[in-house]
Amino acid sequence: MQRAMASALFRPLTVDWNMQGQWNDGRPMEQFAAEFIKPNDRLSSFDRLEIYNRQYWFRILDCLYDDYPGLLAVVGEEQFLKLATTYLTKYQSDSYTLRNLGDRLEKFLREEPQWTEPNQALALDMVRFEWAQVVAFDGPSKPVVTPDDLIDTPPEQMRLGLQPYLSILKLDYPVDDFLIAVKKDADSLRGEASNAINSAPTSKGESSQIPLPKPDVTYLAVHRFDNMLYFKRLEPEGYIILEALIAGSTLENACVKAVEQSTRPNADWQALIKEWFDNWAALGWFCRR
Amino acid sequence: MPANPFNSYTEYGIGIGLRVPHYRHILAQKPVVDWFEIISENFMVDGGRPLEVLDQILEQYRVVQHGVAIYFGSADKFDREHLRRLKRLVKYTQTPWLSDHLCWGSVDGRYTHDLLPMPYTFAVARHTAQKIREARDYLEVPICVENVSSYAEYHVSEMSEWEFLSEVVEQADCGILLDVNNIYVSSQNHNFDPYDYLNNVPHARVGQIHIAGHSKFEKYILDTHDHPVLDPVWKMYAHAIKLCGNTATLLEWDDRIPSFEEVHNEALKANQFRDNIVASSPTNK
Repeated sequence: MQRAMASALFRPLTVDWNMQGQWNDGRPMEQFAAEFIKPNDRLSSFDRLEIYNRQYWFRILDCLYDDYPGLLAVVGEEQFLKLATTYLTKYQSDSYTLRNLGDRLEKFLREEPQWTEPNQALALDMVRFEWAQVVAFDGPSKPVVTPDDLIDTPPEQMRLGLQPYLSILKLDYPVDDFLIAVKKDADSLRGEASNAINSAPTSKGESSQIPLPKPDVTYLAVHRFDNMLYFKRLEPEGYIILEALIAGSTLENACVKAVEQSTRPNADWQALIKEWFDNWAALGWFCRR
Repeated sequence: MPANPFNSYTEYGIGIGLRVPHYRHILAQKPVVDWFEIISENFMVDGGRPLEVLDQILEQYRVVQHGVAIYFGSADKFDREHLRRLKRLVKYTQTPWLSDHLCWGSVDGRYTHDLLPMPYTFAVARHTAQKIREARDYLEVPICVENVSSYAEYHVSEMSEWEFLSEVVEQADCGILLDVNNIYVSSQNHNFDPYDYLNNVPHARVGQIHIAGHSKFEKYILDTHDHPVLDPVWKMYAHAIKLCGNTATLLEWDDRIPSFEEVHNEALKANQFRDNIVASSPTNK
């Protein structure tokens, strides 16, 4: 019975936010609902199941609206609703927490690019960026390395870890500036799940007024400091160093790789790299591997 | 004195739910509040702002954990990762008891994120009680199960909701978080007398009471937690206190949340009923 009821709840609502009229096998939904739900003097079995069907979709759509305002702004509200409904039908929540509801959204958008055409690259950048914010908000942290931890390790042997809550992203679009323009409110904890939801989700922003960004390769770190969420632009070479460290390179090899791949001929690499590392260390990004 | 064996925290008084819009006020003003109820799942995270806030709250206040996703009634086995994280939080907060709902909400590892009503059968009661015992043994903390508000009933049910609740808590030997508002909502949706419910649950097992507001629609009532407590619920609360004795009580306000003061003042209205009980008890005459 639980399987039957859950399967009914997981089926999308109609465009008018009603329960679908037919069950999977073509039977009227009223007949299906009446098999396990009692009617009362005011509500049919269909009506009673529909209350739960609506609550399910209102709750999870509302969660995606909250967590992905940038993606919504990229594709538009009508398309976002279709995309979100299809995603949540294909990838039902497999976590006890709504925090993880979007954890397969990037995968879904790659599998089904039709939902984000003609802005697929921008949409993918945005969803990666927005998921990185979920991770940065409450992801795990490790003890920060101190100079004492490193004092006896030469650069050619030194391998640094980066905080698990930190994401570094190479993006085709400056989605950070775009999201700042779109997003009115910073995030917070998820809404409480114990009460009923009685209205369909709606966009909270004024996203339709904001022009989409033009392509411009952007390197971003999404992190937290003093438990506040931040995103920070990186130089291309800085991105290469951090990416190499994450992949397990030694400090020396990471820096060499960045300099070799740089297109800047006359940079003072020693000064630049020292400045970056001072900054990253001050932000607490480095930890033991 | 505890009012009953499952109500060892009579002195806990009136609590309110810790909610994001009030963080700044609470942390800055440090208002006098008997205790806060936290939603466990919001703090079962690995780091960041939620845990920082919790640290600061724990420095000043007593905290009781209330969960929304254990799903004692799901046919599925427990999500072990969920329980592991919950136990870590229980140790961290030192919650004196832990509550979650008498409901189901997941099937085959897929989550509805809702509090779905149980079929009231003896077989389901046995299964649910077994899961409550298993959770309590693992978490090493007393458990109270909360009655949910519901909008549907099943053909297979063999007893009333209060009989089912009683059957489960007796078999599990656990406490009850008696949600008076939920009883009222369900009584209106399912045409039963809410006082039959109140009168027939094992009062000695009621460890906590919830009160809240709800919303009326044309054909049913929805448990929205977005209003002050309505008069019929206050009357039921007064009756519940008479039956159960002074019991730790919490006001839930989860949507359209007003100022902290408004929520707290609404919660403190419960004191008049608790004080009446104390004044009329035989030892005070």
